Amino acid sequence: MGITRRGFLQASALTGGGLLIGFQIPAAEARTAPVAEDAFAPNAWVRIGPDGTITAVVGSSEMGQGVMTAIPMLLAEELEADWSRIQAEFAPADAAYTNPIIGQQLTGGSTAVRGFWTPVREAGAAARMMLVAAAAQRWGVEENACVASQSEVIHEASGRRLGYGELATDAAKQPVPEAVFLKESDEFNLLGTAQKRLDTPRKCDGRALFAQDIKRPKMLSAVVQRCPVFGGTRKGFDAESARQIKGVVDVLPLHEDAVAVLAETWWPAEQARKRLKIDWDFAGHGDLSSADISRQFEQAVDSGNSVRAEGDVAAALQGAAKILEATYEVPYLAHACMEPMSCVAEVSDDGCDIWVGTQAQTRTQDTGMEITGLPREQVRVHSQFLGGGFGRRSEQDFVRDAVALAKQTGRPVKVIWSREDDIRHDYYRPATLNRFAAALDADGKPLAWRHRIAGPSIRARFSSEVRESGMDGSSVEGAKNLPYAIDALEVTYAMVNTPVPVGYWRSVGSSQNAFVTEAFFDEMAQAAGRDPFELRRALLADHPRHLGVLKLAAEKAGWGEPLPEGRARGIAVAEAFGSYCAQVAEVEIEDGVVKVKRVFCAIDCGQIVNPSIIEAQMEGGIVYGLNATLNGEISIQDGRVQQGNFDDYPLLGIAEMPAVEVHIVDSDASPGGVGEPGTPPIAPAVANAVFALTGKPVRRLPIRL
Amino acid sequence: MIRLTVNGQEQELDVDPQTPLLWVLRDHLDLTGTKFGCGIAQCGACTVHVNGLATRSCVTPVSAVAGREVTTIEGLSSNGEHPVQQAWIELDVPQCGFCQSGQIMAAASLLEENPTPSDTDIDQAMSGILCRCGTYNRVRAAIKRAAETGTEEV
Repeated sequence: MGITRRGFLQASALTGGGLLIGFQIPAAEARTAPVAEDAFAPNAWVRIGPDGTITAVVGSSEMGQGVMTAIPMLLAEELEADWSRIQAEFAPADAAYTNPIIGQQLTGGSTAVRGFWTPVREAGAAARMMLVAAAAQRWGVEENACVASQSEVIHEASGRRLGYGELATDAAKQPVPEAVFLKESDEFNLLGTAQKRLDTPRKCDGRALFAQDIKRPKMLSAVVQRCPVFGGTRKGFDAESARQIKGVVDVLPLHEDAVAVLAETWWPAEQARKRLKIDWDFAGHGDLSSADISRQFEQAVDSGNSVRAEGDVAAALQGAAKILEATYEVPYLAHACMEPMSCVAEVSDDGCDIWVGTQAQTRTQDTGMEITGLPREQVRVHSQFLGGGFGRRSEQDFVRDAVALAKQTGRPVKVIWSREDDIRHDYYRPATLNRFAAALDADGKPLAWRHRIAGPSIRARFSSEVRESGMDGSSVEGAKNLPYAIDALEVTYAMVNTPVPVGYWRSVGSSQNAFVTEAFFDEMAQAAGRDPFELRRALLADHPRHLGVLKLAAEKAGWGEPLPEGRARGIAVAEAFGSYCAQVAEVEIEDGVVKVKRVFCAIDCGQIVNPSIIEAQMEGGIVYGLNATLNGEISIQDGRVQQGNFDDYPLLGIAEMPAVEVHIVDSDASPGGVGEPGTPPIAPAVANAVFALTGKPVRRLPIRL
Repeated sequence: MIRLTVNGQEQELDVDPQTPLLWVLRDHLDLTGTKFGCGIAQCGACTVHVNGLATRSCVTPVSAVAGREVTTIEGLSSNGEHPVQQAWIELDVPQCGFCQSGQIMAAASLLEENPTPSDTDIDQAMSGILCRCGTYNRVRAAIKRAAETGTEEV
């Protein structure tokens, strides 16, 4: 059993009777007030009511990835709780819920289980020990003569039992244990089992609430028209005609670059928006196009900053028996969450309340503070379910809309973006251009690998250090960490920022870098006359976890076995967010259209919490990446996005969904991420299958034959 | 005044007759289980039943359903016990959940018309209901599960 410090555990009594275990994570202390004294406030990980109800309070955001089940499972494992009686609720914004990996209350980078793996289990263990102590005291027996199981403490010698509900009030009076004992993985009862999600029933009958569903007394609905050209601003507007629409309450200038229509309900506001006459200043960006941006990348790509340099690539290229060169490009991509951006805000003397599905509670508070001038403790975030996140809901633009309008109007305001707003005003997955060169010896052995990347930086927006250094780790992840044993390796990055806003998109840099590196790898394998799986295997001897998933995926897919005429396989492997994932895609081309028939996915994400959720996340990650592989493209013309809705930014439907087999590696390694690692390998796996079918490498996404 | 029946209750509404049914349900009747996803009948998140038929409420003017019976996810069953909902729960279909009202309403309508749908039938009936989380394989499995349950009941 592992012992961990309990210095940051604290317990306090619930006014109504019961036990509350709270955390103060040291890194968060400076940022916000400590856990509130008010014992009714759900500001810690667990509440146990006198009726035996156990409520897990989840500070991470539920965007479909299953965190509202995974965090309670971590807690319940150590608490020895009866899982069938656990319920979960969302936490407020509070320093107590700071993710130790990120340093904010933010759900992203596949960090929720990784960040809370230890602290939440400690919270459960401490609660269990206090319940046991309370029972032992009541019975007048030694604590170590008692065991906890299924929400009961049992005195083994006498067979006496007390339920957690009966013990909760006394347990709250017990001293917090000096140390908590965490189970070893072979002692787990709950972790590693396919428990049902706690949020499923309410997502099947309309009860689950998203920000777009929130209603407040006297609330206005708002539609926001932003400048269509990135970087443009508002000069003036004429709202006379818009105001004629019945139900419209007001039309207001918003920020520097928008006009808002406020109405009693959403539909009249949307109708009125179409009648707005707005005079924009395009700030000189009205001619920007994808072709311009691509040219900028091309001009910069050979003069990037070094990210990785091993051996002498130039010499190896000069002396090589065979040199291979290729240019790869990927486009901007929208997140296209099924729920368009939405937020409700209310600003009063008493503070600022924000109802939102957000990945970033701390930033949401920051936004409220900036706009209202209120202190952090008066900005209250009421987290709702997210209708998809994928990185998009870590942004603040839609929160700013709602808070600013609530402040201006003095009434609660619900902002719902239209789908067109959502597609045209995203923070896009960066477009990039990649120039590769590889050197092979006479036997086809790879001697050198050169990868030059040009594209915009996500972090430049947040960090002057990134802007000045020209280096952004998120732009090169999945490229810098190329795992193959090649003696001479060079990776460079040229930062080219444009007016097109860019942001985190499921699996971030690995979403494009896994494609370009793994697809170019197959070009190299072909030039070397080697089987793509065999060549990977040969060059991954020192990377057992890459190799493990690669071999597992290949074995399950029957790599090397014959396929029906017209079908081919492609394979790819990638490490991302602390996990290793390999996929084999079986592909056919029907009437000139790429059809992905089956995907075999092997994932090594270390110790696991819930295999059913992992399987769902792999399927989800694959579909997300498959959309980018087959359909996704945001293009810029006249300074604006050309797409607007699902008719011109199509998403895959059920008929295009491949059969997916997920195989999870049995592992004792620390937990890795799950939400994102399924996305990177699918594009190269499909591209490599298309290459195998057609003999023509796929060097651009989406695939156009 | 427009009269219609929603989840068995008669409603009388004073709204612009062009207002899409979706916004009448959400903003006037507080039935928010039906979702706004695209506004142009491309995503299916707004799917409800009109006289039993799956209908995209975001492009259906409320005047077009005057005198008709509208069923939303809230009215599909009184306690989540519809075989489709039960199959959904059994197989843990939803991820983010936002599209799921539309998925369930479309699936219930499909099974009403065709109690034993083939894969092709499922593709045809469900292809307009988009899911960004990738729940499609579980949606398909749950429809088949619900079909089995429904057949057993008969």
